[in-house]
Amino acid sequence: MALAFSPDSQKRAEEILARYPAEHKKAAVVPLLHLAQKEWGYISPDAMSCVADLIEESPVKVAEIATFYPMFNKEPVGRHLINVCHTLPCALAGCSDIVTHISGKLGIGVGDTTEDGRFTLKKIECLAACDRGPVMLVNRELHTHLTPEKIDTIIEGLE
Amino acid sequence: MADASRALLPSIEEHDDLANIEKYIAQGGYETLKRVIKEMSPDDVTNVVKEANIKGRGGAGFPAGQKWSMCADRYPRYVLANADESEPGSFKDRKLLEGDPHRVIEGMILTSYALGVNLGYIYMRGEFFHIYDQVEHCLLEAREKGFLGKNILGSDFSLDIYPHPGAGAYICGEETGLIESLEGNRPYPRLKPPFFPAAVGLWGQPTILNNVETFSDVTLILKNGAEWFLKLGTEDTSGTRLIGVSGHVKSPGLYELSPGITLREVIYDVAGGIRGDRQLKAVIPGGISAPVLTPDEIDTTMELGKLGSIGTMGGTGGVIVMDETVSIIDVMLNASNFARHESCGQCTPCREGTPWMNDILRRIHDGDGRIEDIALLLDICVQIHGRTVCPFGMAPAVWPIKTFLIKYYPEIKASIEQKKAVVLPVEQAYLKQDEGYEAMGGPGNFRLKEQVLG
Ligand SMILES: Cc1cc2nc3c(=O)[nH]c(=O)nc-3n(C[C@H](O)[C@H](O)[C@H](O)COP(=O)(O)O)c2cc1C
Ligand code: SF4
Ligand code: FES
Repeated sequence: MALAFSPDSQKRAEEILARYPAEHKKAAVVPLLHLAQKEWGYISPDAMSCVADLIEESPVKVAEIATFYPMFNKEPVGRHLINVCHTLPCALAGCSDIVTHISGKLGIGVGDTTEDGRFTLKKIECLAACDRGPVMLVNRELHTHLTPEKIDTIIEGLE
Repeated sequence: MADASRALLPSIEEHDDLANIEKYIAQGGYETLKRVIKEMSPDDVTNVVKEANIKGRGGAGFPAGQKWSMCADRYPRYVLANADESEPGSFKDRKLLEGDPHRVIEGMILTSYALGVNLGYIYMRGEFFHIYDQVEHCLLEAREKGFLGKNILGSDFSLDIYPHPGAGAYICGEETGLIESLEGNRPYPRLKPPFFPAAVGLWGQPTILNNVETFSDVTLILKNGAEWFLKLGTEDTSGTRLIGVSGHVKSPGLYELSPGITLREVIYDVAGGIRGDRQLKAVIPGGISAPVLTPDEIDTTMELGKLGSIGTMGGTGGVIVMDETVSIIDVMLNASNFARHESCGQCTPCREGTPWMNDILRRIHDGDGRIEDIALLLDICVQIHGRTVCPFGMAPAVWPIKTFLIKYYPEIKASIEQKKAVVLPVEQAYLKQDEGYEAMGGPGNFRLKEQVLG
């Protein structure tokens, strides 16, 4: 089944396309993939086709881009995507204990999604907040100076 | 200005709402743009930036004025702000875009005026969700005020600037990777030559690409003059440096400092010293790509040229401090995990070499290392170095591994022999300069391989 953006997203897509010279529509591919992911939660082959139509490229071309970037989910993920930074400064600040705590609390390993579809746990590279480590990104929100207690509060606050 | 030695951070510390254009204007924002458009020719602007001798703050330290002058004589030209900030240890561009985004935008407009640019983009890493929204809003505000759009402030200069997101790939910070990404291609860095986007950049046209901090400085240089900027820094490095300190210090944070400050002062005075008053074991002075320094090497200043002269680099100003409790093999494995994950895979030495080194480091870490692994790692470093499409193949794929390996050879050797990630007392963990590696030509070479391993 062909996917189509909601009217709001369609409007947003046109706004994005207008930022690039008409002969370089392809430049909009990454921002449009972000929009698609916002709309459908992940980038399915149908979502790729939808973006491909907008930039007048083949779906294969879009797939080539979507598969390169770590931020684009190729599979559905949980309602809340937890990305814990594990790069050096956060490692020095104790991020491995944080991963262990979340993993234990949710009963899932890194890369997995809880059975109820609420959470997916991943590791991510440096989030440019190294002075406030350990840090994690939950959906669009950055959480800093993490402790097990802080994590419990954050997780319990999510639907 | 209360603090004459700092220029970028005081206004952010004093005002928490400069992202609001009215507040920025109330602090004198966009006054410089008005004055420049009225009183200065485009060439005058370039000349002031050249005179200020500002070295780019995105890692390579290339003089911005010189870069601008290399712009090929073709139009259209484009301007790009590199806000991909993904270098581990670096968090300064986040601060500038969160706290004072209009200063970056004003710098881009001034640059565009100087070079006859009509279109530009701010390329922000995808994880900067809120920063993206804020910058997008700021650009709209600037347009409403007539600082962007057609016939800016009544002149015949027109310019559009738009935000553009990345999506989690470190390689998009490399300038030609960024351009490929923006064009909608796989972000594979371009083969050089052509060496500079100023000659062939976005959509094949001359493109000036600078770091966020560089653009902020440009605004201040045109506001206060080249002389002022030169005085703010040292002969080697004009202006101030934003130094982000992370790791095992008492007060991690972002500090604006004179480049003349020593690394020792940064660690012990500015950042309060090592947590728990432990001993310093190792410090990376400019983001994870920068070669490590031992406790014997911290009397260097933070000047870009000075750091380069002792075999490391100023990079993005991310100072990562490690105390006596770290195991060097742990640190190397972490750095190598990053390189493995972020290699874009375009060229063979880097694509094959980074996972190979990572596997070797992992087996040493897990107690299965062999003494020959040290020579093997150095060999792979030699094989990658200088044979790749982009500088990723040197930093961060090779430099951190190579320099930890050479300088902390005693601890790595002990980790292999004892079949675990050991933590030697600091004095025994690394080679003192007088013990050898300086005599062997310093950290920049591979001769240690023969010397140490016979
Ligand atoms: C692998 C790699 C990653 C880079 N990442 C960044 C980055 O995130 N931000 C940045 O400003 N420069 C980065 N650079 C440096 C850019 O290629 C370029 O030199 C810089 O943005 C130019 O701006 P400047 O002259 O103002 O420093 C990176 C370079 C390499 C090789
Ligand atoms: S050196 Fe590495 S990151 Fe750079 S182009 Fe080659 S594979 Fe890609
Ligand atoms: S290392 Fe975690 S934010 Fe930089």
